[in-house]
Amino acid sequence: MTPILQIRDLQVSYYTDLGRAVALNRVNLDLNAGEKLGLVGESGSGKSTMALAMMRMIKPPGRIESGSVTVGGVDLMTLNEEEMRDARLSRIAYIPQGAMNSLNPVMRIGAQMVDAVRAHTTNMSKDDVVELCKKSLESVDLKRNVYEMYAHELSGGMKQRVCIAIGILLKPQLIIADEPTSALDVVTQRQVMETIDRVQKEMGTAVILIGHDMGLMAQFVDKVAVMYAGRLTEVSTVKDMFSTPKHPYAQALISSLPNLKNKGVFQGIPGLAPSLLRIPSGCAFHPRCPQCMDICKSEIPAVRTVDGDRLVACHLYSEGA
Amino acid sequence: MKLRLILRRVAFLIMVVWAASTITFFIPRMSDRNPIRERFAELARTGGFSASDLEVIVASYNKKFGLDKPLWEQYVDYIGSVARLDLGVSLNRFPKTVTDIIYESLPWTIVLLFVSAILSFVIGNLLGAIAAWPKSPAWMRSVATPFIMFMGVPPVLLAIFLLFFLAFRLKLFPLGQAYSTGIAPDWSFSFILNVAWHQVLPAVSMILGSVGGWVLSMRGMGVTIQGEDYVNFAEHKGLNGRTIFRDYYLRNALLPQVTGFALALGSLITSGAVVESLYALPGLGSKLSQAIQANDFLVIYGIVLFITMSVATLMVLVEFLYPLLDPRIKYD
Amino acid sequence: MTTATTIAPPIQPSRWKLLFGYLRRNKSLTIGLGIITFLVIFTVHGFLTVDQARAYPLKAKPKQPPGVLEFSNPDWPGKLPMGSDFFGRDMHAAMVKGMWQTALIGVIAGALGTFIGVVLGFTSAYFGGLFDTIVKGICQILTPIPVFMIQIIIAASLDKRDVTIFTMAGIVVMLAWMGPTLVIRSQVLSMKERQFVSVAKLSGVGNGGIIFGEILPNLLPFIAAAFVSQVFNGVFSSFYLAIVGLGPLREPLLGNIIWAAQSQGAFFNGWWWWPIWPASAMVLILSALALINMGLDELANPRIRRTE
Repeated sequence: MTPILQIRDLQVSYYTDLGRAVALNRVNLDLNAGEKLGLVGESGSGKSTMALAMMRMIKPPGRIESGSVTVGGVDLMTLNEEEMRDARLSRIAYIPQGAMNSLNPVMRIGAQMVDAVRAHTTNMSKDDVVELCKKSLESVDLKRNVYEMYAHELSGGMKQRVCIAIGILLKPQLIIADEPTSALDVVTQRQVMETIDRVQKEMGTAVILIGHDMGLMAQFVDKVAVMYAGRLTEVSTVKDMFSTPKHPYAQALISSLPNLKNKGVFQGIPGLAPSLLRIPSGCAFHPRCPQCMDICKSEIPAVRTVDGDRLVACHLYSEGA
Repeated sequence: MKLRLILRRVAFLIMVVWAASTITFFIPRMSDRNPIRERFAELARTGGFSASDLEVIVASYNKKFGLDKPLWEQYVDYIGSVARLDLGVSLNRFPKTVTDIIYESLPWTIVLLFVSAILSFVIGNLLGAIAAWPKSPAWMRSVATPFIMFMGVPPVLLAIFLLFFLAFRLKLFPLGQAYSTGIAPDWSFSFILNVAWHQVLPAVSMILGSVGGWVLSMRGMGVTIQGEDYVNFAEHKGLNGRTIFRDYYLRNALLPQVTGFALALGSLITSGAVVESLYALPGLGSKLSQAIQANDFLVIYGIVLFITMSVATLMVLVEFLYPLLDPRIKYD
Repeated sequence: MTTATTIAPPIQPSRWKLLFGYLRRNKSLTIGLGIITFLVIFTVHGFLTVDQARAYPLKAKPKQPPGVLEFSNPDWPGKLPMGSDFFGRDMHAAMVKGMWQTALIGVIAGALGTFIGVVLGFTSAYFGGLFDTIVKGICQILTPIPVFMIQIIIAASLDKRDVTIFTMAGIVVMLAWMGPTLVIRSQVLSMKERQFVSVAKLSGVGNGGIIFGEILPNLLPFIAAAFVSQVFNGVFSSFYLAIVGLGPLREPLLGNIIWAAQSQGAFFNGWWWWPIWPASAMVLILSALALINMGLDELANPRIRRTE
């Protein structure tokens, strides 16, 4: 089965007054249909850039310098402006972070959903389009009358669910949810995550969930990918990631999580994440890595398959180590 | 409660009108010019009015402003007559009342103002929105600049140059007046065309002078709106550029501009009055400057009061309009 | 093992270079100042070369188009490089005197208006209470009233002989103080709550010290901006009053000249130069002031700078 998403060699840089910041450094990633991937990392690790790059929404001074993003057999990087515009929402959908301000304040919710549909398909009748939108609202657990309401009449959780409803309107093959619950309280968080979960199961879409809340990831995704300084460090199933993380950075992340059994001292990670303008040579994590070897300082570790289905970019796992 | 808001606005309006009438009442009385007496002297020199007509004017003046009565009683009478829209009589064109003069000149003024206000609002805001939109072609964005340059220049000065180049030198447009001399006014198409031809230069002067302001403020607004999340999300949804420009960007940026419209009307009316008199259009402005030249005081005060009340009323009305356009505002 | 490379210390550009660099970026300010400089040179040159008395009626051969010929007629001595008007003013002299007078009105009205605005705005914001409510209320009620209309009433009520440049400045100021008052008031209100004021109070600095030592220095950019816009307003308003015939009619104030030209039907009679000179001068003055205003705005509020 070919993966529904294949990212190859994706590189994105930002050209700022202070120099060139490489936000995504030759990233490779696969995702199967129906799979849920959690993309985690610190601020500045490149997770949001990845989402924007996949949607081809990187604006100057950023630039997608190389790579391919193939969704359902079509490489999005090869499409022209108009084709890409059409692909957005129909093939690959984006649910924004903090939906507080993502809805147009002067348009009714219904109108904002209809214009999304109309921008892609022109042969549905007006009534059919309205019905599609209202059904979409129902599937995210909202009442049909939200269609007539304005954004300011909805709560934060409701607005987020409207964004999800918009995201699933055209049954895309891939949904990217960029920290959909950061701005919400815990109870609403759960509701929204359950909604995403249910919708995904019904439609069989692949989902990339971007965030930094490991607890949330643990409950909802199948695989976890950890990013650091614009590079993928490890991709494992959620079970493997939480029980036996391979990459030292992933290990540090997992061990820093509060644990009911281990009520000992918290372990932070010493040092700071590097500025993307001055990424350390070799493995970007080497200045902070407790298991740093000489080779780590000079050679960038390639992503290798370990234990069957896990991907790790670390010299500890290369042949010969 | 909708009703409370309306009452509050109406109360404010009444306060403004009262303030304007009071100012109009007291200021002339602070100087010790008596226009009637001056009139007397002037007429005695030129031998104009007959003695009996003069008596009637003086009697009506004394009755209206009751110069023999104590000041506070004069004031009360004055407010009463203002409320009844009785603004006195013209000294020059007796027995024409001031209200008559206003009525016959108002249509011309309204036409000019309406056309100028609406056109400059539309053109200015559109240019400003385009200038701030990053995807607009460069040539379109530079069209905004000359209008900004005209901003500080009063329309009447632009009017002089327009008159000079287009009417005097190139003879493309008439030098002034509402319609060509010798034509009798009627509703025929050729007459309306003639009037329109005479309105072009005045309207253009007014529009050129006020577009700049809209361009600048809309441009500033546009820059802010562009950065909003919902504009970004619209692009994520796969909407095309024109739809985003119209429904997500323009509609939101335009909203605050509407409140500015009322203020702009106020300044348009004052600059319009001067432009009118320059072009000898028979509107309120011309009547006002004629009255100033002829020392026809009652006409001066009457027209000023009328204009003041109109501007204040318009501003309050526009404030009512705003909640209808912005769904976020509730009546409270 | 990396060797540290020595980086040469950055060259500090001279103050002149920094100034010129800024002027080059802030085009509005530069062009505005340039125009003003040109006008100042014109006026000064005029004062030095032309007899100012010729700016008044009956001093030169009337209705002459611009030319450089010397008149042989002993009754009308002197050249008329800008022509003369119906009443016999030498237009060149009139322009020079008129510009000086316009500038005078602008500066007087500007300074007075700014001063009143600062004092009123400051006291009402700093001391608050009933005084503040009254001041705010007056400003609010007077705002919808078209200022120009009231100025007409004031001016029309004056005896025509009493109208001088100074009374005109006074009329302008009477209705212009509201703007700077509100601006200064809101600035002071926000500053009052800021930390540096609380710190000063806690350190025992008295009211006077806070006012002059802490708040006023931070207000200076706003005061400067208010001054420029008040000068603009002064020139603008006095021009409007003059152009409807309410100015000091004998003086060659630029608005007066245009009014006179219009009432004598200058364009109909072909005397085009009569209104054109003062109109051009007014355009230059007002544009320059507006540009300087925009430039100062950009200086004070960096967010407006070049976002495209």
